[in-house]
Amino acid sequence: MTTLIELAYLVAAVCFILGLKQLSSPKGARNGNFIAAVGMVIALLATLPLLHFTTAGVIIIVIGVVIGAAVGSVGARMVKMTAIPQMVALFNGVGGGAAALVAVAELLSFGQHPAFAEAFPSVFSIVIGSVSFAGSMVAFAKLQELMTGKPITYPGQQIVNGILAAAILGFVIAVLAVASIPFSFISLMVLALVLGVAFVLPIGGADMPVVISLLNAFTGLAVAASGFTLNNFALIVAGTLVGASGSLLTKLMSDAMGRSLANVLFGAFGQTQTGTAAAVAGKEGRSVRSGSAEDIGTLLAYSQRVIIVPGYGLAVAQAQHAARELADVLEKRGVEVTYAIHPVAGRMPGHMNVLLAEANVPYEQLKEMDEVNDEFKNADVALIVGANDVVNPSARNAPGSPIYGMPILNADQAKNIVFMKRSMRPGFAGIDNDLMFDPKTLMFFGDAKDSLTKLVAAVKAA
Amino acid sequence: MSNELLNELTFFVLSIFVGIEVISKVPTILHTPLMSGTNAIHGIILVGAIVIAAGANSPVNIILGVVAVTLATTNVVGGFVVTDRMLEMFKGRAGRAQGAPNQSQKQSPATKESTPAK
Repeated sequence: MTTLIELAYLVAAVCFILGLKQLSSPKGARNGNFIAAVGMVIALLATLPLLHFTTAGVIIIVIGVVIGAAVGSVGARMVKMTAIPQMVALFNGVGGGAAALVAVAELLSFGQHPAFAEAFPSVFSIVIGSVSFAGSMVAFAKLQELMTGKPITYPGQQIVNGILAAAILGFVIAVLAVASIPFSFISLMVLALVLGVAFVLPIGGADMPVVISLLNAFTGLAVAASGFTLNNFALIVAGTLVGASGSLLTKLMSDAMGRSLANVLFGAFGQTQTGTAAAVAGKEGRSVRSGSAEDIGTLLAYSQRVIIVPGYGLAVAQAQHAARELADVLEKRGVEVTYAIHPVAGRMPGHMNVLLAEANVPYEQLKEMDEVNDEFKNADVALIVGANDVVNPSARNAPGSPIYGMPILNADQAKNIVFMKRSMRPGFAGIDNDLMFDPKTLMFFGDAKDSLTKLVAAVKAA
Repeated sequence: MSNELLNELTFFVLSIFVGIEVISKVPTILHTPLMSGTNAIHGIILVGAIVIAAGANSPVNIILGVVAVTLATTNVVGGFVVTDRMLEMFKGRAGRAQGAPNQSQKQSPATKESTPAK
């Protein structure tokens, strides 16, 4: 029987590996997800035969699975595509929380002096799982705008974090070397939860995807550690796969933003002053031009090449369909329309592609940054819809700016720039955008969807 | 070091290499779905949660068990469903790229429900 179970775990592990492999290629991605899900079902079924269930055990498992499945499937089905990043954060956090609780239950069962090889992974899982849980909840709150998306810093923050880390280390040693008593590992869990919050607070909302990806890798490692405690091969392999691939993905994501991971995580320290100073300086006495729907409609209708730069604002306003309609009427007049997709447009790398795919925008019209950047100088109009930071020239020329060094779309090289925005408010990174003050720029204020609908009418009338 | 621990360490180290190798060529557009997919996979902690919940016989264990199973199930189910929803859209697009112009009937339910005003 044990052999059969181990074999089933092996099959599950192969499913996870094949699933991940397919998930990283556009053709097989959906299949990959399905294969991984099959692996999960196999691993779960294989686990059941050897367990000795108490009546209470059966009842709580059924209750937990029913509630969890209901919450998970309803949440995942109902969530708007724009809110996907925070949903992933939430699902990641609960996984980390589960890993920490499993480790607590194991430590309780070991008694006061467990073997190091059992106790160490449990303690690791408690700390990392709790950090992942609390950190993900803060990331969720920031993205859901339940709290400010700006970095939260206060004097002595690093000292407080240092003390927290030292206290955690102290309790880790206490559990491992002195005695594994509930007081110690519960304190450890509480401190790790606080550390998780403290870790994410100083990171800006725009960087949350990278943080979520990192916490995702953390949860993977916590799960792998639980596997060592429970001597469970499936947990070790699956957890480690996620820990390793998640770490690489985190690096790829910060690369896409042109920043190092350290800069994303700790950039708020020391940069806040220069950031605010620059923003204040930027606000003083500069004027912007704004245009009416008719002006801009005419401009668009008589252009040859229009590049649409979609951003998160487009997604929030659910304006992807209106954007497509505008592109359609322009194409009917013979205007060439393409979409320039910044790697981090939306709130996560790839988020904008998902949203535009939802609106049935033809694949050939979506151009990635490297491909489209040279085309801006030949474009008559760059139509920026709800994007901001990804076209902010200060990423190129203002070394003090928080986004300095991020690769941006060369929208400023187009012959005309139409900047559609709700207001003059700065973007998610909280900094001013010089492009709005460019003499070639026409501002068009309003909700992205209403504005695009007005433009469609104006183009038709032109 | 026991044989079992040695085996476990072997799996651990090899899995690190496999995990890195297997996603090394992922295009940017798949970063979000891939993160969501890996997120679902670490939901395997549900196996651990079931193991600790199965033998629960004290109030503390019962509470730990029921919370852990609930959280882990949410992770697994939510993770796979939300990833599938994202990838569903890529599939529709690939279908059209291959030359199927009448996509309008083939729109997924998810697409319809989120686009009341077209």
